[in-house]
Amino acid sequence: MKKRMILSALALGSVLALSACGGGGDGNPLSGGGNTEGSSGSEVIIGSADFTESQLIANIYSQALQSAGVKVKEQFNIGSREVYMTALKDGSVDLIPEYTGSLLKYLDPKSTASASDAVMTELTSKLPQGLSLLTPSAAQDKDSVTVTRATADKYKLKTISDLKPVAGEIVFGGPPEWKTRAQGLIGLRDVYGLNFKDFVTLDAGGTLTMTALTNGQIQAGDLFTTDPGLKANDLVVLEDDKSLFAAENVVPVIKAAKENDAITKTLNAVSAKLTTDDLITLNAEAATGANLADIAKKWLAGVGITGS
Amino acid sequence: MNIFGWFTDPSHWTGSDGIPTQIGYHLLYSGVALLVALAIAVPLGIVIGYTGRGEALVAGSANALRALPSLGLLVLLFLLISPVVTGNLVYVLPTIVVLVLLAVPPILTGTYAGIQNADPDAVGAARAMGYTQRQILVRVQLPCALPLLISGVRSSTLQIISTATIAAYLGLQGLGRFILDGRAQADFAQMAGGAIVVAVLALLLEFSFAWLGRIVVSPGLRRTAAKSSSPVTSALNPSGETA
Repeated sequence: MKKRMILSALALGSVLALSACGGGGDGNPLSGGGNTEGSSGSEVIIGSADFTESQLIANIYSQALQSAGVKVKEQFNIGSREVYMTALKDGSVDLIPEYTGSLLKYLDPKSTASASDAVMTELTSKLPQGLSLLTPSAAQDKDSVTVTRATADKYKLKTISDLKPVAGEIVFGGPPEWKTRAQGLIGLRDVYGLNFKDFVTLDAGGTLTMTALTNGQIQAGDLFTTDPGLKANDLVVLEDDKSLFAAENVVPVIKAAKENDAITKTLNAVSAKLTTDDLITLNAEAATGANLADIAKKWLAGVGITGS
Repeated sequence: MNIFGWFTDPSHWTGSDGIPTQIGYHLLYSGVALLVALAIAVPLGIVIGYTGRGEALVAGSANALRALPSLGLLVLLFLLISPVVTGNLVYVLPTIVVLVLLAVPPILTGTYAGIQNADPDAVGAARAMGYTQRQILVRVQLPCALPLLISGVRSSTLQIISTATIAAYLGLQGLGRFILDGRAQADFAQMAGGAIVVAVLALLLEFSFAWLGRIVVSPGLRRTAAKSSSPVTSALNPSGETA
């Protein structure tokens, strides 16, 4: 009977938890209950998205800040933008590495800005209150429509527009959020007029998408332009001739209340040193299975931000 | 976000990604996995239960395989078979294998334990009546094993239904779609809705198994009946005496 009581208690608990979900508002049940005040005092909670590069940059931010004497807490691998932006707004995360173009499209799906400066200007004006952008880095990592060399040759593909006559034969692979994103399937349909044969939900430019593409389960996929596998597997990134995918400079987004000189100076120094080629190299190291914190440490020492 | 709103939106009940379609896919993957698991576990369980050999080795390794983390195994299998398998099979095969691995041990254990624990009096009586080994197995030991076998299938089914959500991780359909897409799109009503449908589906299947147990198991083997009069032995004993 004791077991039955525990079971009913559990069942009741789940029902209560679920009804709390249904309680309205834009509450996010994954952001950790009640942490609307943010971190206490001077501590900065650093978050990251759920893919390697974001975690690498978050590691770099974290270690650079620590060596500058800032107290940090690491809360990496949160999820997609849809999830961690909510966490930033409700204060359960204070700092996160972002990409300018994707963030802008998230805040304003209708935005057409494409060049780095234009994106940054528009982004600054669209950023929700209480958040602030530091200086963006020259380093960029864009979403891409990528095909194999064989597919590119077969259909004579150079640009994404070239896909239009053959889209009906192409199975596209990308992350689940692409189904509802302007800078995903929606944009490919509305801007390029592409209606693919099928869309297979895989991961955000990760191993699943890469493997499915190189083995022919999908003919085109969303891969990141800093993926070392692009070169290694001789893949072709189709030119985004209608600028659906805007400039994607790496930029730290921070809770305005947490901003101070030490943080700004340190992160601006990181942004100034970080290049697109660095990202490819860092990703390649991560692909060998090396520890992300060690890779970040090595890079920081290499560019002279922390002592070696 | 509103779960009630998610359930009552008519557009979520139609089309190729509506709730009924996804339930269909979910049951399809689960059904195939369960059939494969039955085809493996029941014959193997009969052999082990009948000969009394291999219990430690087979059952032990089946249980060990069950301990592998499903999601990790799913991705590993995908990476391994991706170069050699074409078409949608590359997503389906790892999913089925993962589910089968989870489903085999309970059915296997239920089968051999059921056979081994068949009432020795009933087996002895059948032997005395001149039943061959094969007849004893088919007519006495297997029917006696049914309650345990069904409870094995029942726990396998629940495990499969809840785990089949990971099919969505490899781009397949099924109720996991709502959970995974809901998370990625920060649409938590969709996510919770998907989870609720899985839970309801599991409950419904649980009830059908309870009902199935009632109709296929011999009344003499139901525990309540056995306690009062043990009709199996009393039914067999008189003929045992005349033989």
